[in-house]
Amino acid sequence: MLAVPALIWLTAFLLGPMLLVLVVAFLKKGTYGGLLWELDFTHWTQIFNDSYLKIMFLSFVQAFATASLTVAIGFLLAWSCSTLSGGSRKWAIGLIALPSFLNLIVRIYAIKLFVGFEGPLQGLLRFLRIPFDEFYFSSNQSVVFWGMFSSYLPFAFLPLYAAMEKFDFSLIEAARDLGANTVQTVFQVLIPNLKRALMGAFVLVFIPSLGEFIIPDLLGGAKQMYLGNLISEQVLRARNWPTGAALAVLLISAMLIFYFLGARPNGPSSEPRR
Amino acid sequence: MNMNERQRPPVPRWVHGLLMGIIICLYLPDLMMFWRAFTDVQPNGENQWTLKWFYEVFSDPELLDATGRSLFIATMSAVVATALGSLAAIALVKSQFPGQKILQNLAFISLVLPEIVFALALLGWFITMQFSLGSTTVIISHTTFCLAYVITTVMGRLSFFDPAIDDAARDLGASEWQILYKITLPMLKPALASSFALSFLLSFDDFLITFFVNSVGNDTLPVKLYAAIKYGVTPKINALSSMLFVVSSAILLIFFKSSLLGGRSEKERGFQLGDVRLGK
Repeated sequence: MLAVPALIWLTAFLLGPMLLVLVVAFLKKGTYGGLLWELDFTHWTQIFNDSYLKIMFLSFVQAFATASLTVAIGFLLAWSCSTLSGGSRKWAIGLIALPSFLNLIVRIYAIKLFVGFEGPLQGLLRFLRIPFDEFYFSSNQSVVFWGMFSSYLPFAFLPLYAAMEKFDFSLIEAARDLGANTVQTVFQVLIPNLKRALMGAFVLVFIPSLGEFIIPDLLGGAKQMYLGNLISEQVLRARNWPTGAALAVLLISAMLIFYFLGARPNGPSSEPRR
Repeated sequence: MNMNERQRPPVPRWVHGLLMGIIICLYLPDLMMFWRAFTDVQPNGENQWTLKWFYEVFSDPELLDATGRSLFIATMSAVVATALGSLAAIALVKSQFPGQKILQNLAFISLVLPEIVFALALLGWFITMQFSLGSTTVIISHTTFCLAYVITTVMGRLSFFDPAIDDAARDLGASEWQILYKITLPMLKPALASSFALSFLLSFDDFLITFFVNSVGNDTLPVKLYAAIKYGVTPKINALSSMLFVVSSAILLIFFKSSLLGGRSEKERGFQLGDVRLGK
């Protein structure tokens, strides 16, 4: 009984909208941006043109790189944190987790300011008399990547830390006693034992970063478009709902693939629930 | 547990070094922003301490409007989401009902759905259903994405409850409603407080979904900030951003304080952190 309001709410404002997207993806675009209620598949062939494919490919590469790096670094940070003593551990976890709770736009703005024309990075380069292009940093893919990495790091770090807390550290001692070095310990003891958590963390970063809109929009200038920007462009500017919905359906299908690979409510990503 | 911790073999030095390095890199831009919010560059190139950027923020009627709107929207969304979400969580943990699986899956989907898809779907839905866009549609949307966070937080807390307490109350003749009002809800207070703080924060900080489902001229603070950054930066943005940073951190403190009041061990809280998965 108690769950009825929430169930109704989520059906009305989550399930309904998602089904609508699925339907709209196969409808025809009206002349003035509206919708015609007849089946149409032509935009499905159009979204696989060269420039869109390039955008999808770049988004995939970007999301893959973000997820790989955040998981790799997040794993090392989680390992480091789990061996710290009580007080400094709390601080370290707090400081790494904090950015994910703060306003994304504020943090992206801070990065923009930092690498910007009057920021300390360019000041340092000038001071060291290293020649550089002043406009290079205003729309730069490595700055976008740093924005992605720093925003998604907590998503990878937190589940990995939770898994690390449950890890049996005597296994590392055993490995050391048997003569394993650090690299062997990491690849033959830690990674195999934390495989599920690592995969869960990868999915947690990969899926949202595939559709990221704000970070490339504010840090990348107009130079390179990603899937998130393309969808918003189609819907808000071009008013081309069927194409926008079709691209959204592609994103959802990417998500569903991971869902069926095992990242579901009782799957690895939410292990510690009960 | 402390015994166990002391026995953990140390990590190589460079891993701790990496931790320090990453934390410094994460906060360096923010510190820079704080410094700029309090300084003014004089014509001779010197930096002078000043509060005038803050003064400018507080004397900008548009920004004050947007702040009021953001606070209203965040409060409304947090109230509705906390109410609906905690009731759903109680039902999910304590009983079996038809639609249980659907509810669980919907909550999960809303946690992992890419934000841009969420935004597009809601906008399309509101247009089709002929809602007029504005604060109401924003509140509905924010409530929708906050619900799953509330359900996860409250369920996490409920799973530590001893079911024997309910049985004891029932033996003593309490009705299901009495159990809910006199036992479950009072015990859930800390979780309800954290759910509220969390929902408030998520709603207050949201940009993308608001950007899609809001009407023109009804901007919230993050949308104003986005426009300001996109089309011409003025120094008062530093002051505004710094204030937002501090306000979010303060709300966050309430969030953690209230889970501290719940009296759980550090380990359990660690798990919940990993479980709730915050962020945009």
